[in-house]
Amino acid sequence: MTLKLGVPSKGRLMEKTFEWFAQHGITLSRNGSEREYAGSVEGIDGMSLVLLSAGEIPRELAAGRIHLGVTGTDLVQEKLPLWEQQVCPMEELAFGHADLILAVPRAWVDVDTLDDLDAVAAAFRARHGFRLRIATKYHRLVREYLRQGGVADYALVDSQGATEGTVANETAEAIADITSSGETLRANHLKVLSDGPILRSQATLWRSRVAELEDADRATLATFTARLG
Amino acid sequence: MPNRSQTLARAGALRAMFEAQGAVPVEPPILQPAGALLDLYGEDIRARAYVTSDALRGEQMLRPDFTVPVVQMHMSHGAEPARYTYAGEVFRRQEHDPDRPNEYVQVGYEVFDRADPAGADAEVFALIGDALAHLDLRAATGDIGVLMAAVAGLRTTDARRAALMRHIWRPRRFRALLDRYAGRTRMPGARRNLLAGDPPKSPAPMIGLRRQDEIDARIAALREDASAAPLGAHEVELIEALLAVRETMPFALQQLRDLAVDLPAIAEAVDRIARRADAMAARGVDVGALPFETSYGRTSMEYYDGFVFGFHSVTRPDLPAIASGGRYDALTRRLGDGGEIPAVGGVMRPGLMLDLEGVA
Repeated sequence: MTLKLGVPSKGRLMEKTFEWFAQHGITLSRNGSEREYAGSVEGIDGMSLVLLSAGEIPRELAAGRIHLGVTGTDLVQEKLPLWEQQVCPMEELAFGHADLILAVPRAWVDVDTLDDLDAVAAAFRARHGFRLRIATKYHRLVREYLRQGGVADYALVDSQGATEGTVANETAEAIADITSSGETLRANHLKVLSDGPILRSQATLWRSRVAELEDADRATLATFTARLG
Repeated sequence: MPNRSQTLARAGALRAMFEAQGAVPVEPPILQPAGALLDLYGEDIRARAYVTSDALRGEQMLRPDFTVPVVQMHMSHGAEPARYTYAGEVFRRQEHDPDRPNEYVQVGYEVFDRADPAGADAEVFALIGDALAHLDLRAATGDIGVLMAAVAGLRTTDARRAALMRHIWRPRRFRALLDRYAGRTRMPGARRNLLAGDPPKSPAPMIGLRRQDEIDARIAALREDASAAPLGAHEVELIEALLAVRETMPFALQQLRDLAVDLPAIAEAVDRIARRADAMAARGVDVGALPFETSYGRTSMEYYDGFVFGFHSVTRPDLPAIASGGRYDALTRRLGDGGEIPAVGGVMRPGLMLDLEGVA
């Protein structure tokens, strides 16, 4: 057996992860062509690389099919209930920064806080006959946040992409999404509520609490942990 | 842990007991149309219920409780007065606590009766209490109606009363609103700027369904609120004193009557509690030792609007309520399509009862 490390299979997140491991003397690389999802590890014995979609890494860690994995805090907290019991953060990697935020049209000059949103939701429902719709793909995180904030009379509508466009398209009145710079929000005439983000996320190296370790894997993990300093 | 057939056998026996009281057994389907439940509870229900769907019928929920389908059934074709009983599984997501089952058996009893609400409250409580008498349980009772009456009687604007009423079941938000209306919290800077001078116009284009006139209406409402006199400190103290009432029934009633001198709006609700206590005593409940707590039941699902009760294990405080229930007159109005009828009910969990009895 080897210690299995799950890494996002494409894009900037993969490149940045490879760079971060290289800084710790571990060379990760993708085999053969751009299209092949197999990889290799050099610089440490007993570790193997599994290339996966970033969104699947939380589930694989929780299932114990990989021992280590790199993915965002947002995805771990959205996809894994009681995540602390299933995975443990080993290291924040200082890239892939993104905040999960709530945004409303900039033209809503009367709305600045969650408290405003709640009042507007009550009035909106009375006027339009349905709940104020918030488009998101982060259902659990957003619902929990709004429950704790005491917001009522809203409904979440699923949006797996181009979420910022849903308000102009009149399929939602507000959105909750990940943003890194806010440019997309501005381009779509949206503004962020001032209460602060629902969650601050960054790429993080996680260890599965449930994956089985053989003695050799334990030794590899110890070597690796020591390498991180 | 009792096995499934033991639990179902106990559920059947409890249902038979309610049938012997004249209740009609009913069996609502496990799959419920999601619309009514979502409309009632809002998005929060999705965190508690399993939602599934098909292309033809749309979203369906595995029933998270029996009360809503029983009320729907009664309101569409029930005779009056009516008593119903049921036994079967309910389904609840338990994403915060893996030790709690996501599927368990409930037995319930629901009374739709205009004639004698106090008597109906006492009947439901006493029947359930008697069936649990052999277990070491602590009863809890409360009444959401007292707080609602107090809010309805506040000397302030309609908008403030409506906002407080809307958040009766969210104690933190309720508290924040009360503090704001009492002038105890400073207005946020953005709100002050918004209300100072002419309403600002955003350079951004209007997008979405919410139109300019809705924004203007909200700003007008905020201005009106800002110019309204703060809630009197004395009135806020009375509400706080009301929320703090936690005593055995006779002392609680004494405190509530004292408060009603200054809060005359609650007098009728307090009388209802007194009549209920008499009806309970007539059914053999030891009212002198029965706890009453004004805040009890405020964080549960928001349909109880009067009497609320629960039975909790003394030796196993980790367990959820072994039985619970309450009065839900407003629910019959919301699901009644123009009709309404006073209604009260309660559910028991035979699985937990067997646990406590030590059934292996």
